[in-house]
Amino acid sequence: MRRRTFVRGVTTALGVAAVGAVPTIATAQSQPGDVNVYSSRHYDTDDRLYSDFTAQTGVRVNLIEGTEDQLLARIQSEGANSPADILLTVDAGRLWRTEQAGLFQPVASEVLTSRVPANLRHPEGFWVGLAKRARVLAYAKHRVDPAELSTYEALADPKWRRRILVRSSSNVYNQSLVGALIEAHGLDATQQWARAIVANMARPPQGGDSDQLLAVAAGAGDLAISNHYYYARLAMSDNAAQREAADKLALFFPNQGPDGRGTHVNVSGAGVVATAPHRDNAVAFLEYLVGDAAQAVFARGSMEFPVVEGVELHPLLASWGPFQEDPLNAATFGYNGRGALFIMDRAGWR
Amino acid sequence: MVVVLASLLRPRDEVWEHLVATVLSRYVINTAWLLAGVGAGVLVIGVGTAWLVTMCRFPGSRVLEWALLLPMAMPAYLMAYTYTDLLDVAGPVQVALRAWTGWSARDYWFPPIRSLGGAVAVMALVFFPYVYLLARTAFLEQSVCVLEASRTLGRGAWRSFTGIALPLARPGIVAGLTLALLETLADFGTVEYFAVDTFTTGIYRSWFGMDSRLTASQLAAILLLVVLGAKMLEHLARGGARYHHTSLRYRHLTPYRLRGARAAGALLACALPVILGFLIPAGALLRMTLERGDWLAGTLFPRLAANSLLLAALTGALAVLLAVAIAGSLRLAPGRLARLGAAIATLGYAVPGSVIAVGVLVTVGRADAALDGWMRATWGIATGLLLSGTIAALVFAYLVRFLALSFQTVDAGLAKIRPSLEGAARTLGRGPLGTLGAVHAPLLRGSVLTAGLLVFVEVMKELPATLIVRPFNFDTLAVRVYRLASDERLAEASTAALAIVAVGVVPVIVLSLAIARARPGTASSALPGAGSGGSA
Repeated sequence: MRRRTFVRGVTTALGVAAVGAVPTIATAQSQPGDVNVYSSRHYDTDDRLYSDFTAQTGVRVNLIEGTEDQLLARIQSEGANSPADILLTVDAGRLWRTEQAGLFQPVASEVLTSRVPANLRHPEGFWVGLAKRARVLAYAKHRVDPAELSTYEALADPKWRRRILVRSSSNVYNQSLVGALIEAHGLDATQQWARAIVANMARPPQGGDSDQLLAVAAGAGDLAISNHYYYARLAMSDNAAQREAADKLALFFPNQGPDGRGTHVNVSGAGVVATAPHRDNAVAFLEYLVGDAAQAVFARGSMEFPVVEGVELHPLLASWGPFQEDPLNAATFGYNGRGALFIMDRAGWR
Repeated sequence: MVVVLASLLRPRDEVWEHLVATVLSRYVINTAWLLAGVGAGVLVIGVGTAWLVTMCRFPGSRVLEWALLLPMAMPAYLMAYTYTDLLDVAGPVQVALRAWTGWSARDYWFPPIRSLGGAVAVMALVFFPYVYLLARTAFLEQSVCVLEASRTLGRGAWRSFTGIALPLARPGIVAGLTLALLETLADFGTVEYFAVDTFTTGIYRSWFGMDSRLTASQLAAILLLVVLGAKMLEHLARGGARYHHTSLRYRHLTPYRLRGARAAGALLACALPVILGFLIPAGALLRMTLERGDWLAGTLFPRLAANSLLLAALTGALAVLLAVAIAGSLRLAPGRLARLGAAIATLGYAVPGSVIAVGVLVTVGRADAALDGWMRATWGIATGLLLSGTIAALVFAYLVRFLALSFQTVDAGLAKIRPSLEGAARTLGRGPLGTLGAVHAPLLRGSVLTAGLLVFVEVMKELPATLIVRPFNFDTLAVRVYRLASDERLAEASTAALAIVAVGVVPVIVLSLAIARARPGTASSALPGAGSGGSA
């Protein structure tokens, strides 16, 4: 008897589960009036972008989030039948790699070319930058005189011995920074720079950018390399301890001045997938993302720098004033990515 | 699997050369230390607490019987988040220390939580319940007669334990240890968070950072070979030993009553893993939730929880059916080839979730393309993607990854059923399948339940495959945690994290009650034979 009950229990469970799964499988397939977005951005504020787009156009946004490389793998394995229309990433190097793999298609759009500066998009329209993030230096106000700060290169100076905090070389923001240095100075000089940085680290790399900022505030080091919005988020946090931490820090934009390359900048960007089933919706979505309303969401919500001139910055970002940017070269980031990792591995930058 | 293993035959590329020349030796050494540390940790905690709560009575022992399973509901990465949040240089503990002593952050030494030691501690605390669970069921069903015989022959409690109970519990303990170590090998989130580079780090960096799928596959292949080798070694070491009992007499075992200092010691030893592995991290999550919770929780969570539960229940049921099928066919038609096949089929547990995920994407994508091509050519109908991006693909990924969990459990349960029972059934005219249904199925009830719940809890916690294989707009609790945590917003992630833990606790308690009921010699198991169903 017991066995029967058990077997019946399992069968019922399976049946119920199967019935439950059917509608979900059915809705997995997208409808003609949709746009399917594969995104490696993970911000709640992006949900606003999608719902506003649906409200404006009636086009429903279907979303999958994951890491860039896995999303790429998924598009590749889905092949010609892939439902993907848009790939949205947070690194220009990855945009370049996707284009090289033949997974993007060119888009000729007057809106995109007129609104987005030429160096922030692919010349033939394979992808377009949507928002910028700057890799800046955050220093402890009371222990570092900003006059001591100048460039990324100068961080190799022995006076910074055991004072610098930076995250692991696994992180793409460090890879693109080192990739830009390779472009500027070549492999050998960058290798020496990386070795000097490792010698100057206050501790082995651990944690994310926020952790580096909090650690400087706590006194574990004097200076952190971080993306700007992590600082902005601490400063604007509704948590008092985080605001206090931000209060002990100040930001410095390196490599400024007439001889400077400019501060290292990367972009969040997107392109239309080569096999996109809803090409028109996808293009409309890209055009919407560079519109004033969407750009303002980037600026206010995730506290990035908008790519379109004249869109109002978040007041905190505006208070930092304008700064000179290292002209973005996606091919450099993409092509030098592996070289950058090799260099950091050899230097012992974990 | 075969694709991965075949990659070894292909020439190495420059990424391989680079890894060998620079970081690979460090990865291997770290991995070895991690495995040694976690292995020792789960054995000492798991076996020790299982013996204490099963054989001794002390204040709180009844509560601890099930409380010791609680850490299982806590995903390792969440434990890593919370302990880092507490103990890091900017965390409340060190802040308080500095405020109290007036030191600055570089004036003192504090055990670094983001370190090999931290990773070992956290993983041992999360994974010891596997050993505890399987060791406890093994102790519970040991024939009292054996232990009584041992005591009659003058062995003390300790020597009965080391000489009789421990060797007899070996299949269970080894199964638990294997699960813990495989889980350790496959982990990426925790070691990454703790800044410990392991073999898995190498696979990730060469694949995703350096864009060399070849080197990543070769590294994964080496990992699989090592695991396979270790399994074979254990199998050889066991040799012809059998672990079922010859005596049918089960009687309620009189536990040792502990008093005074001994009772306090036992209580402390068993309570500490629960406190460190569950109460402190869960408390920290609760505090974060109350202070700065996820403001979308109310609207989002019912759907997220429903999705998580659907996946977990579906996969749990399928994993059990498959495990019984594989283990049953091994039992009825044994052979080296079948054993090797089963070992390979369950290797997925040692492979990092993301690697499995991409492998499943590729497999499912090829199947879809082949079907679509055939349908177009034959019938002129385009079927498109039937499997890719569906729940079916996701459940398939879970099965690849977690089949080991259900198989190990069911297999260990089967090992303890006396072959004479099968012999009797076969003599009485039942065929192999009839025997499986009439003899094994009822005896395995406990193991099957254990297996299903283990998979259920794991699927609730699983992240990498869920993230990348799932259908559009299909979020689960774990995905919600990932979205907030990857954006470095841990406090907000705590709400979904707490929900995962809460949902995971329910099956853990059910599991524990079921095991206690299945105890041979207790009132609820009327037949002596049916009583041994609690095997796992």
